[in-house]
Amino acid sequence: MVFEQKHILGLEELSSDEIRLILDTAESMKEVSERDVKKVPALKGVTVVNLFFEPSTRTRASFEIAEKRLSADVLNFTPTESSVVKGETLLDTARNLEAMGASVIVIRHSMSGAPWLLARELSSSIVNAGDGFHEHPSQALLDLFTVREIKKEISGLKIVIVGDILHSRVARSNIWGFIKLGAEVRVVGPPTMIPRDIEKVDVKVHYNIENALEGVDIVMMLRLQKERQESGLFPSLREYSRFYGLTRERLGLAKADVIVMHPGPINRGVELSSEVADDMHSVILNQVSNGIAVRMAMLYLVASGGGSG
Amino acid sequence: MDSETITRALSRIAHEILERNKGAKELRIIGIRTRGIHIARRLADKIQELEGIKPPLGTLDITLYRDDFRRKTDWPSVQKTEIAFSVEEKNVILVDDVLYTGRTTRAAIDAIMDYGRPDFIQLAVLVDRGGHRELPIQADYVGTRVMTVRTQKVEVLIKELDGRDEVIILQLGSPNEAR
Amino acid sequence: MKILIKDGQLIDPSQEINEVRNLLLSDGKINGYPSDTKELEMDSSVQVIDASGKVVSPGFIDLHVHLREPGFEHKETIRTGCLAAAAGGFTSVVCMPNTNPVNDNASVTEYILLKARTEGVVNVFPVGAITKGQKGQALAEIGEMREAGCVAISDDGRPVMNSRVMRHAMEYAKAFELPVISHAEDLNLSSDGVMNDGFTSTILGLRGIPNASEEIIVARDITLGELTGTHLHIAHVSTAGAVRLIRDAKKRGVKVTGEATPHHFTLNDKAVLNYDTSTKVNPPIRSREDMEAIREGLKDGVLDIIATDHAPHTEDEKKVEFDLAPFGISGLETALPLALRLVEDRILTLTELIRKLTFNPAQIIIRSNRGTLKPGAPADVVIFDPNKTVKVDRDKFFSKGRNTPFHGWRLSGQILYTIVGGEIVFSA
Ligand SMILES: [Zn+2]
Repeated sequence: MVFEQKHILGLEELSSDEIRLILDTAESMKEVSERDVKKVPALKGVTVVNLFFEPSTRTRASFEIAEKRLSADVLNFTPTESSVVKGETLLDTARNLEAMGASVIVIRHSMSGAPWLLARELSSSIVNAGDGFHEHPSQALLDLFTVREIKKEISGLKIVIVGDILHSRVARSNIWGFIKLGAEVRVVGPPTMIPRDIEKVDVKVHYNIENALEGVDIVMMLRLQKERQESGLFPSLREYSRFYGLTRERLGLAKADVIVMHPGPINRGVELSSEVADDMHSVILNQVSNGIAVRMAMLYLVASGGGSG
Repeated sequence: MDSETITRALSRIAHEILERNKGAKELRIIGIRTRGIHIARRLADKIQELEGIKPPLGTLDITLYRDDFRRKTDWPSVQKTEIAFSVEEKNVILVDDVLYTGRTTRAAIDAIMDYGRPDFIQLAVLVDRGGHRELPIQADYVGTRVMTVRTQKVEVLIKELDGRDEVIILQLGSPNEAR
Repeated sequence: MKILIKDGQLIDPSQEINEVRNLLLSDGKINGYPSDTKELEMDSSVQVIDASGKVVSPGFIDLHVHLREPGFEHKETIRTGCLAAAAGGFTSVVCMPNTNPVNDNASVTEYILLKARTEGVVNVFPVGAITKGQKGQALAEIGEMREAGCVAISDDGRPVMNSRVMRHAMEYAKAFELPVISHAEDLNLSSDGVMNDGFTSTILGLRGIPNASEEIIVARDITLGELTGTHLHIAHVSTAGAVRLIRDAKKRGVKVTGEATPHHFTLNDKAVLNYDTSTKVNPPIRSREDMEAIREGLKDGVLDIIATDHAPHTEDEKKVEFDLAPFGISGLETALPLALRLVEDRILTLTELIRKLTFNPAQIIIRSNRGTLKPGAPADVVIFDPNKTVKVDRDKFFSKGRNTPFHGWRLSGQILYTIVGGEIVFSA
């Protein structure tokens, strides 16, 4: 199978076969990461720009390592407040980077749809490293990869995503990914944080965490942004954790071999009790090396894919 | 080549490998995807038959090492490389079905070097297509040599994949279809 | 100077005329409908336009445009806005006060009218602000603005949130017989929303503006209309609930009228799916059900008029992140072909459609004797071919605003002549 996409903007646009191809390719990439010389010449001569408008050391570092392992020339561009204040638009910035020879642009932006603007106006391949509340494809592909590694097969699994779904790009991408690969997806959180009409994408909506956890194979916890309290979406962290926090006791409602995932960093005692946070350590570490492999696969496939020739 | 000549050629190659490497002890056999894997396995089996030691067998996918990146549209998917042993100070036998331009071999050598520093890398091929080499590369062990023109295509059929063993030479319409 | 428009299908809803008739314009006025034109045709001072097979109607009146001048001349000027209006078949435009400075006093009104007289090619009727600086607090000098030429007051662009202020504005406007045009939006509820709140906003991860945001203020303003007796006009109705509220109010005899824009009766919010900022508009393009309700409202008369909410912006302003793009669609030059789809879809007859573009808007700005082809009325006329296919090309717009979601659409309906005060200001 050939990867026809020029960009990876979101999991919504990808077919289940394309998602599987990325995951399969990531397995080969993971093997590269296990060698003494963790480098292949696949993207030699290709310039990849990491254009991060939001600070995110972890995602950016993961992309950068992935790029270097593929022998790409890497340029990190983190626009400062001042250059934004100077009035340079996103498009100006990206056009300049393209003029410098970038053929792949990895973009992280606080506003939903920003990568779409670049995909429409530029000739480079665009990889979305997270846009607003919209999508975070590399995180979701990593989650899918990790789950597939542990559970072998995603189809038929039950997953529940817990927390602020409304403001979560991780949730949106994972919903698409897990549904496309045949899992049953539930979401649970305070109704103020459940996006409207989400059930139309075949997601079951719960407001009670105990009901939602019943018999699930995977629990995906979202990070709670404390500023949502100020905008009146929930009354207090205490109340939130009482009704939506994951405790060992609640986790007992899930399947015995349940996996707990969290995109990190964790607010201990809010989304997760400390004991649950300690229990899930191994999965988090695994995610780091898997993250590099998945991003290598994404970069390799868009750079060699149908659109960029 | 038919099934019988192929078996005989592989048997001869196995003897030559053992002779040149003074036994099977330091041997590591790595097949290049896809058909090289099966030829490598048969060589390893033959060596075991002759020496009583089965040399460790690996699988190499060279997609990430190709130098025609961005020129092909029908880019093959990246497959897994499986080399579960160290190549450090070993005698690595690279196995492929056909040696043609030499570019695949170049990519495979680069890949092996990323796994460590073998004492020797030697190349075994079932068919050596003469006259089209683009790099200074030659095979150490050859099943058969054929002189072909670019409008021809050498196809190696393998029992495990194609149901029978055979090497056939096809005439193509244009040089672009040749591989 | 005389113009004879021959053999056209004359449609004048103000007089219930819909037949082949000749139309004579002279001295800037409608002269009459001569049946014998031989002599006129011999007269070299009479310009003859053959309109056979074409529709001749009163020039269109757009009750809702943003001409951007003064203050935002890079987006549009009174001149370019008027040229765009003429190209769209509009002979009169009513311009909203959210300029810089805001049209909240007679001197700004006079400036706009002066510019319109010297540079404009269509009639310009300004709308005054309800409050000073559109800040929603102190009343603007509504009486003086009326004397200077304002035909209505409105909070368009920056709605009045304080109900007490709105009450006083409506009471006060009554003395000057000015209608109050309401941009119905609860800013607290809209918050920083950028599109319709619903499934599509969920998919796109964009903040939504719920229907309730519009409906709450429609309900409030209708209630205040009942309290004060002032004519209330609800601009750019976008939701099914707002249509229902206006329908109920009309049944109770409240003096309220409603307006629909071409984009709200043509598109639904799936148009936003690729983050195309040309679809970003306020109120937002709503769901399919809302769009159907708008069409139903036009059909049963709850929505009296069609106006464009022409809101031009530059390409650079729109080629940004969806959240950062300004709201607005450049609507003057696509209005007729989009509206004709309502006829094609059997929502309206051609006569009903023309009524909503001519006589009905003229009735709302009550001091106007426009929107009619009665002898003696100003010679504002449009001639169009409802069947000619045109491809929307934003690069050919007269407006500076190329921000249209309809670029490349194939539509029926071409404006052939736009005549203002007896002068041809546009011809195809
Ligand atoms: Zn408005």
